[in-house]
Amino acid sequence: MDWRRFAVIALIIAIMFGTVVLVGFSQSSPLLIVTSMLATTIAVATPLTLGALSGIYCERSGVVNIGIEGMMLGAAFFGWLASIYMNTVFHMPGMLSLFIGVLAAILTGGLFALLHAMLSITFKVDQIIGGTVINILAVGITGFLNRQMFFGKGSVFGGQVPHSPGILPRIHIPFLADIPTFGRIFEQQPITIAALILVIVTHYVLFNTRWGLRTRAVGEHPRAADTVGINVIRMRYINVIIGGFLAGLGGAYFTLESISSFEPLMTNGRGFIALAAMIFGNWTPFGAWAAALVFGAAQALQINLQFFRTLIPPQWSFLQNSYVVGLAPYILTMLILTGLIGKTIPPAADGKPYEK
Amino acid sequence: MQSSNEPGFIKNLRQWLEPLIVPLLAIITAVILGGLIIKSVGGDPFAAYRGLVQGAFGSKKALSETAVWATPYIFAGLAVAFAFKGGLFNIGAEGQLAFGAVAAALIGYALPKWLGHDIPAFIHIPLAVGLGMLAGGLWAAIPGALKAYTGGHEVINTIMMNYIALNITSFLLNGPMKDPNPLNVVARTPAIAKSARIAPIFDGLRVHWGFVLALLVALLIWWILQKTTLGFEIRTVGSNPDAAKYAGINVQRTIIISMAISGMLAGLAGAIEVTALNYRHELGFAVGYGFDAIAIALLGKTNPFGVVLAAILFGAMRNGGTRMQFLTQIPVDIISVIQALILLFVAADAIIRFIYRIRVREERVVLTRGWGG
Repeated sequence: MDWRRFAVIALIIAIMFGTVVLVGFSQSSPLLIVTSMLATTIAVATPLTLGALSGIYCERSGVVNIGIEGMMLGAAFFGWLASIYMNTVFHMPGMLSLFIGVLAAILTGGLFALLHAMLSITFKVDQIIGGTVINILAVGITGFLNRQMFFGKGSVFGGQVPHSPGILPRIHIPFLADIPTFGRIFEQQPITIAALILVIVTHYVLFNTRWGLRTRAVGEHPRAADTVGINVIRMRYINVIIGGFLAGLGGAYFTLESISSFEPLMTNGRGFIALAAMIFGNWTPFGAWAAALVFGAAQALQINLQFFRTLIPPQWSFLQNSYVVGLAPYILTMLILTGLIGKTIPPAADGKPYEK
Repeated sequence: MQSSNEPGFIKNLRQWLEPLIVPLLAIITAVILGGLIIKSVGGDPFAAYRGLVQGAFGSKKALSETAVWATPYIFAGLAVAFAFKGGLFNIGAEGQLAFGAVAAALIGYALPKWLGHDIPAFIHIPLAVGLGMLAGGLWAAIPGALKAYTGGHEVINTIMMNYIALNITSFLLNGPMKDPNPLNVVARTPAIAKSARIAPIFDGLRVHWGFVLALLVALLIWWILQKTTLGFEIRTVGSNPDAAKYAGINVQRTIIISMAISGMLAGLAGAIEVTALNYRHELGFAVGYGFDAIAIALLGKTNPFGVVLAAILFGAMRNGGTRMQFLTQIPVDIISVIQALILLFVAADAIIRFIYRIRVREERVVLTRGWGG
């Protein structure tokens, strides 16, 4: 990922922040605005970052995964279900229930990924079709179980949604979070912090370890990798499943960190936007994270503009309509994919099943 | 196992039946698995499926409702199948359908008011349906053009355009196009004029001429794909864009036309639902059609007649599912799970071939390519 792309991303984010500062500086200090926007940006970018990292593990090893949306949706549901179940049926303390919920979400992502790996690597199903199958399956299963578990005849919870153990608490990072005003940025919830750490870990693994070199070899030229004794099938399976774990953690964000309830279809295309972030980041962890931040900033812009609605001139009032403002991330995704901001190159063997 | 000296008509029969084996086994396997799921949540699978079949085929009314459900599925399934033939994966049928419905509804209720007098039905209906179709086509042509000229992948772009269409229709149906009736609390348009309504075929049943139109359109699509130069070009670009380019086919133009026709079919699905069934557009009715359409196109092996059969099956399941839920309290969402399983087994036909030890190999159709192509 070259510096020019980062510069473009920084510019886009700066423009978004600048807009809010310009609109709102008479009501609130610019420093406060920027701090609160940054905190929102980083938090909102979390599922996108994790989804993009998931995509990077899969695609760097040569497997296209458009099922990340479904993996996140499934993980969001089962993580939430596990945490409630632990809390209400086994009377576990809230924090422990949430922790088990996160583990269940990660596991769910892994299981969906195992299915995707079997479809795309073993059965050599068209990988985009395989991903679509995962997405449709996740919508069906979560919709059915959500209704059956909570509202159905044999409902475990007696026909009503039980109290959930809440959401994961903010972590106070010592020193950093103590900085006046700016410290707020560093008071984040655990999955968000984990995502940031995983960006660094993924970069290190991919570019500085033997595992990473082999993964990239398998994704670029599987036959050559095979010739030097790398087990292509095994590498792909493990990378896709790691990707599934990451997507699962991203799914946990929706029901265990952001809000404490599940709604059908709640991932709302975040899995696909994550893929766009991955492409825009040229299949690199830091690039994908920066691209995810752009979407986070778009959301922060939307939230913050609402505070200043009295200042927006009446002829522009339709811009405040939540449906109109809500278009931003989707249009942004499409613009990014047009390659106006520079072409990117996928791994050479991305999407091609390996035949010995 | 294929012997060369078998009589001609058996050979013909075999050629007709062989492509049906895997989809049929996929359906049977999915239904069995669905039964196990129903059992595992404490339901009675036999009672559930009895309710399903009864609700789908048990009476004249049930059959009529199955046809009503199948109509948009046929159009939307054809839309996805047509794009597949051109090597494009249209996940955006849902958004195109919603725009078709919005346009048809607008023409249906607002045009007489704009003109200040009534319009005869033979002009009003084709206008509403035609513009709905056009709206879907234009909406799909955008990702087509992006694919042709910038390489932006249609999978993500069509999905993004679904969300954009959803936001825009939400905005319109809650604002400028909202039914002003003081009793109305939901996001929906006013009812369309009588002159824009397509009639039911039989008195007292809801099945309408849109169903017949859907069957005719399936025939038309088959004809376009198999018998016209355009169809040949689309199929060539779909199976090998490089070869198409060297053969002198304008690949970019063909991609845009494929997407536009695909979108027009999805737009028709929406327009017919408005003009022949609901007589208005209500928010949320389009949700889920996009994914169902993909499943239908794949189950029908992208063949127009296969799509019709698959759409009728899906329509029967959706229709019968309501009856099943009423009789056995099994949530109707189980239908989505069964449909996803059908899709899984159709896509991964190797699983089905493995379970049932089928050795006959069919030609594999290339459906999509990765990000690069």
